Parts: sequence; C-alpha cells; structure tokens
Amino acid sequence: MEYRIEVENLNVYFDELHILKDISLQIPKNAVTSLIGPSGCGKSTFIRTLNRMNDMISTFKMDGTVLLDGEDIYNPKVDVVELRKKVGMVFQKPNPFPKSIFDNVAYGLRVHGISDKDYLAQKVEESLKAAALWDEVKNILDKSAMGLSGGQQQRLCIARTIAVEPEVILMDEPCSALDPISTTKIEDLIHKLKNDFTIIIVTHNMQQATRVSKYTAFFLHGEIVESGLTEKIFIEPEDKRTEDYITGRFG
Amino acid sequence: MSKWNEEYFIEKGLLLTAISSIIIIALIIIFIFKEGIPALQSVGFFSFLFGMEWAPSNGKFGIFPMIIGSLGITGLSLLMAVPLGVFCAIFLAEIAPSPIRKILEPTIQTLAGIPSVVYGFFGLVLLVPFMREQFGGTGFSMFAASIILTVMILPIIVSVSEDALKSIPLEYKEASLALGATHWQTIKNVIFPAAIPGIITSVILGMGRAIGETLAIIMVAGNVVQIPGSILDPVRALTSNIAIEMGYATGVHYNALFATGIVLVFMIIILLIIANYLHYKKKVTIGGGYL
Repeated sequence: MEYRIEVENLNVYFDELHILKDISLQIPKNAVTSLIGPSGCGKSTFIRTLNRMNDMISTFKMDGTVLLDGEDIYNPKVDVVELRKKVGMVFQKPNPFPKSIFDNVAYGLRVHGISDKDYLAQKVEESLKAAALWDEVKNILDKSAMGLSGGQQQRLCIARTIAVEPEVILMDEPCSALDPISTTKIEDLIHKLKNDFTIIIVTHNMQQATRVSKYTAFFLHGEIVESGLTEKIFIEPEDKRTEDYITGRFG
Repeated sequence: MSKWNEEYFIEKGLLLTAISSIIIIALIIIFIFKEGIPALQSVGFFSFLFGMEWAPSNGKFGIFPMIIGSLGITGLSLLMAVPLGVFCAIFLAEIAPSPIRKILEPTIQTLAGIPSVVYGFFGLVLLVPFMREQFGGTGFSMFAASIILTVMILPIIVSVSEDALKSIPLEYKEASLALGATHWQTIKNVIFPAAIPGIITSVILGMGRAIGETLAIIMVAGNVVQIPGSILDPVRALTSNIAIEMGYATGVHYNALFATGIVLVFMIIILLIIANYLHYKKKVTIGGGYL
C-alpha cells in the first residue's frame, strides 16, 4: 500500500505538557482516514502538526519525524508556505473571509501569484462545483460569503481549499457546527473527493467515521490505542479501551 | 429597600447621568450661540465665514484664512500620523515579539498622557529653530504645527488601530495561513481589510484631537492670519484665534470669537458625520453582521 504521510515516534509538547506521546501512524494515499477519541486526546493537535499550524504557538515543541511523500516536513529547509499548499485544512467552525464568495475561493490562487482573470474564474467554478456548491451560489458570486448558511460556508471553505490543489486535506471536525442535512452534504462531498485527495478527518461522531472513512485511528490521552481498517476497528476491536469507547461506555 | 425599588432607582439614576451629560453639552452650545450670533448679525454670515481679513481694530472679521489654517494643519498631520500609526499598530499587533511589545505599548500610551503645553514647548525650543536652520524663514509654520500634532495624535491612532487588528478572529488568520499565504499576505489581504472600520474610528478620534488642539499649535504655528502659500508659512488655527485674543476682546470682537467657536463646532460635527458615514459604509460592504 502507498502511504502519503508517515509519522514516526512523534512527541509534541506545549511547554511542559506532553500532548502527543510517541505517535506512529501511516496515512494511505487517496483514502479517508478518521481520527476518533474523546475531547482533549490530541487529535486536533495531531492534524495541526501535519501542516505545521502549531508553529504559530510559541510554546510548541516536537520530536520525531513526519514524512510527506517521503520528505521530512520539519526539516529546516522546508518552505512552510509550500507545505501548506500541499496540505490544506478545513476548520471546525466555518471561517470564510469577510469577502465575496468569488474572492474567498480565488484567495489561495491569488496569494500564489495567479492574476489571470479567465483562469481564476475557471478555477473558482471548478472548485465550487467540486465542493457541490456551484448551483447554489453561481448567481451571487460577488455577494459576501458571510451571508451564506453555516453548511454553505463550510462547503465554501472546502472549495477554497480544493482550489489550490493540495494533495492532502485535513478536516478538523468539519461538521460539528452543522445541522444533519448540511452534514450529509459534506459527507457526500468527502466521498467524492477521496478519489483525488488524501483526507484526514477528526470526528466525534462514530457513525460519521464509519460512513466516510476506510481507515480509523483511535486516540486516547495523547496516544494511539489502535489503528487500521475502519470496519475492523468498529466490528472487532483488539483493545478493550477501543471497544469501550465505540460502544459509548466512556468519552 | 425591596429588590424592585433598587432596580428602579439604579435604572433611573443611570438615565439621569446620561441625560445630564447631554444637557451640559446642549447648554454649552446654546451659550456659545447666544454670544456668537450678534457678531454674525453685525458682520454678516458670509463675510464672516469667507472674509479674508481679520483686523478687529478696523472692524474686519473674516475667518476664512483660519479655517484653511485649521484644516491644513489637521490634514497634514493626519497625512503623516495615519500611515505611521497604522504601520506601527500592525507591527505591535502582528509582528513584534512579546518583550518588545511590552516595552513599546506603555511607551506609546505615555505619549498620550503628556500635556499639550509640553509638546508645544518641545516644538518651540527644538523643532522651530531646527526648521529655521533647514528651511529658512522664522521656523514658525504650518509644517511645524503638523509635526507636533502628529506626535500628539499618534498614540490614539496606534492604540485604537492595534485593538481593531487584535480583535480580528484568529480563524481568519489560520484560514489564510492554511491556504499557503505568507504572514505578510495574511496581514495585507485578510487582517488589515477586516480591521478597517476600527482603523477609521482611530482616525476619527485622532482628527478630533488634532482639530481641537490649541496650545501646542499657538506655540509653533506662528499665528499669522493668512492663507499659507506653502506648508512652511505661518498660519493661525481657529482654536488659536480664540485663545490668543479672548483676554482683551470686547464688543463685536468678543462676539466674533464666540462665532469662531460656532464655526469650529460645526466643522467638527461635519467631519465626524463624514467619518462616521465612511465607517458605516465600510461595515455594510464587509457585511454579514460579523464585524
């Protein structure tokens, strides 16, 4: 099997707090991997390590290796801007910019120096179509993105991420602020996107993990208890703690 | 006292304090009008406002050069203070490491607390002689007054703009960085545009202080009643006019100084309306109720 991301013996600290303990995990290419576990177990910290968003936090320290396509992303020679082009991220709370819908999707392309109007228009349309939002917004592209519903905003954020053509999309509980109908739309979208992108999704919703992902990793207190095929983890988990969690006995 | 009574008295008490501040402002304005209107009647509204000559002993009361003086000094100081202040605020809010910020922030706030006479004194002793050597003339000039005002309004612009920049949700910044934007691109394209309403507020506050400042300007502007040919010419501001002549004015002259005050009040009101309109318009175009 081909892996897009390989994490070996990763430890993450914020000041003295040991958040992630000796994490090793391989993320298969062009498939969906779910990260599940109770709040505060380090799932979000883990995915924020994969696009170096934790660099913003001054107390962040780490050791171990994180390889993207075989290359260490924490190598000092790595350009963080280039890395984040390859590893896009969708956040928990929909966070479109206070700009027009068009400008939101075009943002990533523009900061990477693309200014050709026809090309931008074409990419914006493609990305919005890929995010299943085009039909709802094609006539209001110049309106503020803040006027969209929460579910539409989140799909806009996904369109914005797709537009820069990343290899990996990190999703940090993308549906936790959305209603069930919007959630279904996002899940359908994830199914469509997995052919072209490697997707890692953090979720608190067990059913969501079984619905969208092929692989699952179970985090507890900063460690990975168990990882592997989603089916196997949910039907015959090896570890007692995994079983307790997925059957709802704690967390 | 029952709980209900307590609520009642506190609410009414707060209402009373709010009303009394409005009444005080209203009384002041009424008084200024009462004293100023006679001058407008005897001189004539237009010849007062657009008259080019101010010679109280000859009965000439034209304040147009001083309107230009006030607007010129204020405009020139905003021209210098706004870019300087906004960039300084961006530096403090986004770039400065915490130790530097901890030194700079209180320093800038201290600048706001220095009395204006001290700024004027500084200008008189250092800035005016310097300009005399560099540019010739007396050194007392619109430019000197603008520089002093720039230093005086800088703290307001910096601290209010900084607050505006810091109040932009972290989510915007993260979203931009996650798309592969650099820190500067994020500041330029996301954080700064979202903070514009707050930055406009800082400019309004700075402008209010600049146009109302009196003492520091008297000390460095030269106070000659003329429309300046260049920024190195001396000018007189409306505020200075009142302060300089109030001590000995009688009769129409006395009333004319109050009329100057009326003009000043209206100028400030008009500028505030324009600024608030810009502020409001910007808010609406950003849209969505978030900002």
